[in-house]
Amino acid sequence: MPETVVTDATAKAVAPRPKRTALLGGRIPLARLRDLALVPAIVVIAIVGQLVNPVFLQADNLVNVLQTMSEIALLVLAQAMVLIVKKMDLSLESTMGLAPGVAAWLVVPTGAGHGLGLLPGAWAIPVTLAVGALVGVVNALLIIRFGLNGFIVTLGMLIVLRGVLTGISGGQTFFQLPSSMLYLGTAQWFGMPASIWICLALFAVAIVVLGWTSFGRSLYAIGGNVDAAKAAGIRTDRVLWIVIVTGSVLAALAGLMLSGRLASVASAQGNGYIFTVFAAAVIGGISLGGGKGTMFGAFCGILLLFVIQNVLTLAGVPAQWIGALNGLIILVALAISRITGGKVQE
Amino acid sequence: MSDGERTVTPEPAPADDGRAPSGTPVVEATGLVKRFGPTVALNGARITIRPGETHALVGRNGAGKSTLVSVLTGLQAPDEGTVTFGGSPAPRLADRDAWRERVACVYQKSTIIPTLTVAENLFLNRHDHGRGRLISWPAVRRRAQELLSAWSVDVDPQTPAGELSVEQRQFVEIARALSFGARFIILDEPTAQLDGSAINRLFDRIRGLQRQGVTFLFISHHLQEVYEICDMVTVFRDARHIVTAPVAELPRTELVAAMTGEAAADRLRARPSTLDRTATPALSVRALGGDGTYGDVTFQVGAGEIVGLAGAAGSGRTEVAETVVGLRTAAAGEVRIAGRRPRPGSVPAALAAGAGFVPQDRHHQGLVPEMSVADNTTLSVPRRLGRNGFLSRDRRDRLAGSMIEKLAIKTPGPGLPVSALSGGNQQKVVMARALADDPKLLVLINPTAGVDVRSKEFLLGKVEETARTGAGVLIASDELDDLRMCDRVLVMFQGRVTSEIARGWHDHDLVAAMEGVDLHA
Repeated sequence: MPETVVTDATAKAVAPRPKRTALLGGRIPLARLRDLALVPAIVVIAIVGQLVNPVFLQADNLVNVLQTMSEIALLVLAQAMVLIVKKMDLSLESTMGLAPGVAAWLVVPTGAGHGLGLLPGAWAIPVTLAVGALVGVVNALLIIRFGLNGFIVTLGMLIVLRGVLTGISGGQTFFQLPSSMLYLGTAQWFGMPASIWICLALFAVAIVVLGWTSFGRSLYAIGGNVDAAKAAGIRTDRVLWIVIVTGSVLAALAGLMLSGRLASVASAQGNGYIFTVFAAAVIGGISLGGGKGTMFGAFCGILLLFVIQNVLTLAGVPAQWIGALNGLIILVALAISRITGGKVQE
Repeated sequence: MSDGERTVTPEPAPADDGRAPSGTPVVEATGLVKRFGPTVALNGARITIRPGETHALVGRNGAGKSTLVSVLTGLQAPDEGTVTFGGSPAPRLADRDAWRERVACVYQKSTIIPTLTVAENLFLNRHDHGRGRLISWPAVRRRAQELLSAWSVDVDPQTPAGELSVEQRQFVEIARALSFGARFIILDEPTAQLDGSAINRLFDRIRGLQRQGVTFLFISHHLQEVYEICDMVTVFRDARHIVTAPVAELPRTELVAAMTGEAAADRLRARPSTLDRTATPALSVRALGGDGTYGDVTFQVGAGEIVGLAGAAGSGRTEVAETVVGLRTAAAGEVRIAGRRPRPGSVPAALAAGAGFVPQDRHHQGLVPEMSVADNTTLSVPRRLGRNGFLSRDRRDRLAGSMIEKLAIKTPGPGLPVSALSGGNQQKVVMARALADDPKLLVLINPTAGVDVRSKEFLLGKVEETARTGAGVLIASDELDDLRMCDRVLVMFQGRVTSEIARGWHDHDLVAAMEGVDLHA
């Protein structure tokens, strides 16, 4: 045909030119820079904090910030994993209360509150983690095996687990915890609280696993396009099981650390945390649409929220206003990450 | 039409390919039967594809092409029949790796992961591992770069795959298929979302790979493409094999007859002009300009006139059409629809002024897939369905029913979700909505993309009918068949209207104008 001869000649001239996707001669992909978007924000807040109150940059204060965020940071870690595979787990905050709650219920001696005193104190940690795993298995069973909507399943689970904790504790707080339960919340390793080390170590592991292992990359593949992931030979259901169960176990561990630090398990332990967790994850660049975001970003997200809170406290903002300001911070932080990230958030 | 296979003359060996096409076909499927409940998707179908050829598979929607593809790629087992690759039987369904070494399919629906980079998509789940079993990203990138340059795909492996154009994505998917060792590739309607020059680049690529010994099965609704790129053609109709013949020996009319089971009407029949010069023009566009994509566009569409707006992708034709109906806001100039000037950038205003339109991509802008046919056809005319914002189901179903009849939409009833319809019928639903309010101006953007031959003729026939009732029609498309019935065709090139061609043009004149080439210079 005559027209193809004509168009062949022009076709080459208008071939699309590749877009600029890297800096420094291709050594740093632009996509990677987005992970660092929150670092300048944290630095700015730190400088403001130092100007507001010189206490801010003292080691004690920084350790305090890191310790108070370490438990909720583990929830962020868990939620980030679940979000990357395009699922949601609202029940994490209840798991954080119930898992150590059940352990305390079985271990705390009778006479002191609602304890049953059935098991020796050494069982507390295994029981806590087992409860976490069990919750994860039930969630995974309902979501993956039976194909129920993950949002509603975990919403139901959130309410059920909270109710179970209120039931076994009679709405009261468990005291007189065994020393094994107190250890993680109180121990000092190399001059810093153990919970900080655990939190940092787990994030480091998560960064490596999600960035540099086939298993970790399969999370992104599943969240990005589950059919394509299947076609590439990834066992998607197995990966989802692992992610959901691991998430719940992490929540149980976070609960253990919090109980240890407070030397008690309140029936409302973890209540309301999930909103901060979601906010931190999204601010940190984890997409609710799945397949996007890094663990480093998620860590920056929760760190930013806690640093701002700390600065407000140091600035002498009345405690009654902290709640309103927390919400405002989340909105502002989201707006900042929209500007620095440059993309519409899903 | 004889229901037999014609004599197949063996292909001469390509000069620069060591592999002579031997007697063993790359793929041979015989006696395939596949049932889905009461529906028979394949009924004794067969196909034989020889090494090095580009084999076309054509048939109307529902002829069994997709089912054949999923059987040939090992996604589904046939109920009866056998598939062999190079003479040996097909691997077990669970053995995905073995399938991937034999055959790959580039689907219309993307199988890449948009959030990951090109390099990672290429080597997903088979990354290079360095020290300590961790992924070595430099090695992955290097291997991706090698792979892409080995098959001369000009894409940066570091680009997020979501930023690729459709064309680049197809090349990446082809490269990935080749990296598994497959030398037989199925292309499922690869040209559906490409513009003219991208199609030509794809065809160049196919020819190049063919010379390197890659065999293709090419599925397309565009018969012109079959004649351009393919050596052999197999026609399926109603789940059966109808004919296999060398393309050169099967004239177009016979091919269409094999597909439809009846002789097709001559597409080039003359259409009397229905332009009414006395009435207010249906559309008048003056000095229209948009943010860099087009500028200084001036034209009129008279009442009863059909005007084509042709141009390659990126020429601005789609943008101009979208501006007319208010999907975009113009930076300069004005749009008048039937004498009124609707508020720029407002679709409701354009509709109120008397416009009806078929958007570019029915999947994105045309349909709400889970809503019923009735809801979809009446989506733009809520005020005809009841008063004070309350909808009457009765009225809706009556209005929808009349439109289903008018456009011969094949559906068991107005309550069926529109996603259950075939491509051609979905497009009819979009068209029905455009016509729901008896528009004075009908704007169509790529109205027959991904639609089978018969539905296409039907849709274009409806357009003519609409013009006869005195409405003006603007067709923005680069599909020659869409433009053939236009009273005149305006050609856009790089954002400007460069020429106007009266009816009776030759294909090569129009294509040359769209590509910005002057044949008579």
